Amino acid sequence: MADTIVVTDLVKSYESKNAVDGVTFSVADGEFFGILGPNGAGKTTTLEMIEGLREPDSGSVSLLGMSPWPRNSKLLPRIGVQLQASAFFEQLTAREQLHTFVDLYGQSMARVDELLEMVGLQDKAGTRAEKLSGGQAQRLSIACSLVNDPEVVFLDEPTAALDPQARRNLWDVLRDINDRGKTVVLTTHYMDEAESLCDRVAIMDNGKILQLGPPAVLVRGLDAPVRISVEQAVLDADSARGLPGADQVEQDGSSTIITTRTPSPVLSALAERDALDGLQVRGATLEDVFLDLTGREYRA
Amino acid sequence: MRAFVSLARAMFKGFLRDRTSLFFTLFFPLFFIIIFGTVFSDQGAAKQKVELVGEVPLISSLPADARAGLDEVFQLSTGDDLGAAVESVRKGDLAAAVQQQGDTIEVHYSAADQVGSATVLGVLNSFIGQANIAATGSPPKYTLSQQTVEDASLKAIQYVTPGMIGYGIAIGATFGAAMTLITWRDKKLLRRLRLAPISTASVVGSRVVVSLLVALVQLVIFIGVASLPFLGLKLTGSWWMAVPLTLAGTLAFLSIGLFVGAIAKTAEGGAALANLITLPMAFLSGAFIPLEVAPGWIQGVAKVLPMGWLVTGLKDVMVRGQGPGAALLPIAILLAFSVVVGAIATRFFKWDKA
Repeated sequence: MADTIVVTDLVKSYESKNAVDGVTFSVADGEFFGILGPNGAGKTTTLEMIEGLREPDSGSVSLLGMSPWPRNSKLLPRIGVQLQASAFFEQLTAREQLHTFVDLYGQSMARVDELLEMVGLQDKAGTRAEKLSGGQAQRLSIACSLVNDPEVVFLDEPTAALDPQARRNLWDVLRDINDRGKTVVLTTHYMDEAESLCDRVAIMDNGKILQLGPPAVLVRGLDAPVRISVEQAVLDADSARGLPGADQVEQDGSSTIITTRTPSPVLSALAERDALDGLQVRGATLEDVFLDLTGREYRA
Repeated sequence: MRAFVSLARAMFKGFLRDRTSLFFTLFFPLFFIIIFGTVFSDQGAAKQKVELVGEVPLISSLPADARAGLDEVFQLSTGDDLGAAVESVRKGDLAAAVQQQGDTIEVHYSAADQVGSATVLGVLNSFIGQANIAATGSPPKYTLSQQTVEDASLKAIQYVTPGMIGYGIAIGATFGAAMTLITWRDKKLLRRLRLAPISTASVVGSRVVVSLLVALVQLVIFIGVASLPFLGLKLTGSWWMAVPLTLAGTLAFLSIGLFVGAIAKTAEGGAALANLITLPMAFLSGAFIPLEVAPGWIQGVAKVLPMGWLVTGLKDVMVRGQGPGAALLPIAILLAFSVVVGAIATRFFKWDKA
């Protein structure tokens, strides 16, 4: 099956600075694809060229086999776009916003209630958009992007500025959309979000894709050590140093932390000693991948 | 069509629910109509205050109808103390103090208030003249028959209403278009709509239709309130031509609003710019003060301002009793203005902030 999105050598510059500098990737049908990077990395500009909001300086975009630029009215009914949680008509309630978008897309009114339920906003149907909380507004704007039951959904930083609980609630909504067979493309500057949601991520910085692949593969490719920590009371530092495979041992207030590249013997030795109280195993994350790629700390 | 209706409905609801826009497009002009209509309901110069000191048989023995005529121009009071009355004249509290000694009428007036004293002297002279003729016992040879021209009552409400309709329509259309454009662009709603399968014509057309609708609502409410008995607006012959005039004026100010919306980056900047355009224009166009009493250069400026044509056209058909043809030139000029400014606004139009 042909890829849903094919992006080839995309370039866009503003005032002689390349915001997007030779980006190439493709997204398969039904895939959950993430573009990850700090602010100013070029994620949103890339997304906007795929959506057809901006014209690339060079390179090409194929979306569902068509070119999104110039404004392609054959494409618009098949895609869903969430731009920002404030893209609402002023003074209208959540239900009226959806009602209007359902009209704009020529869909049936039954969609309004379906979508309110899908994003969990039934209780807020009569609330004006301006009065919704950040998370509720994000969910409403996502619902607005789904009125036409699109094949591809674009989400630009859907969880920006949300508290952790609201973000996790939203993740469930996003997984649910992908589970319905939709191709989802999302930009985010949260590493954990990309790791938790995406089938594949493209890590961007300074307009270029640094690395692209499934999060787990990217992390494994680092060959980074694993940090195992247990309660200090069950294992002191000296006995930890004697464990097979322990490369390095540290202590903080209450824990003994073992750094190792071969976690299996360490863990089985710990199990033999019945020293698993408070066990935590922390592998590398996408943050470590970013640090490794750019040589600098990741700052969202 | 469904997209168009839906957008228009969304905008109209937004307008009705926004207190600020309601205030400035409806209540603010209405407030002026009521204030000016009631405060200045006694149009023309205020009555001259005249005190009769002691007995003044010339006036006190006037027949009822003549006395009523005198009361139209004078506010008469009586007193006994000539010194106190003259002192009041000196202070400007009275226009004149009048005394009668035998067949001589003595008037004490201040030369400082020339208009007031001339009125008093002229009126008293004519009364004495009439009294002299009456004393000869022969009927007067000449009589003066009076007939006022155009707006019969000259009440303030007659020129305040068309002025405020013009002003209300201007700010309604300018702010409506400018704010929609600026806030929709700011909130990325414009870009969101660009990615929806709807035509640009639906977006622009719905805004135009909503503005026209709002203007008609304003027209009905302003005329309705001004016609209430305590304000007493009297419409003349072809007042219904105010409807096409209003629509043409709305288009003209919509184009100004689109221009403001195209060049302003923030809502605050857009509101300031829209006010900067409409408020001075209102003063220079006879919306607040009648052009007839304005200096000549203002009358000239009003001829090149869209609000000037709108207000003058509205006055001509609504209160000056002119025929429907009087509105045609203003309508043509307003439409031409819309086309030109609309085209300029289109050139400056941006979907995005960046």
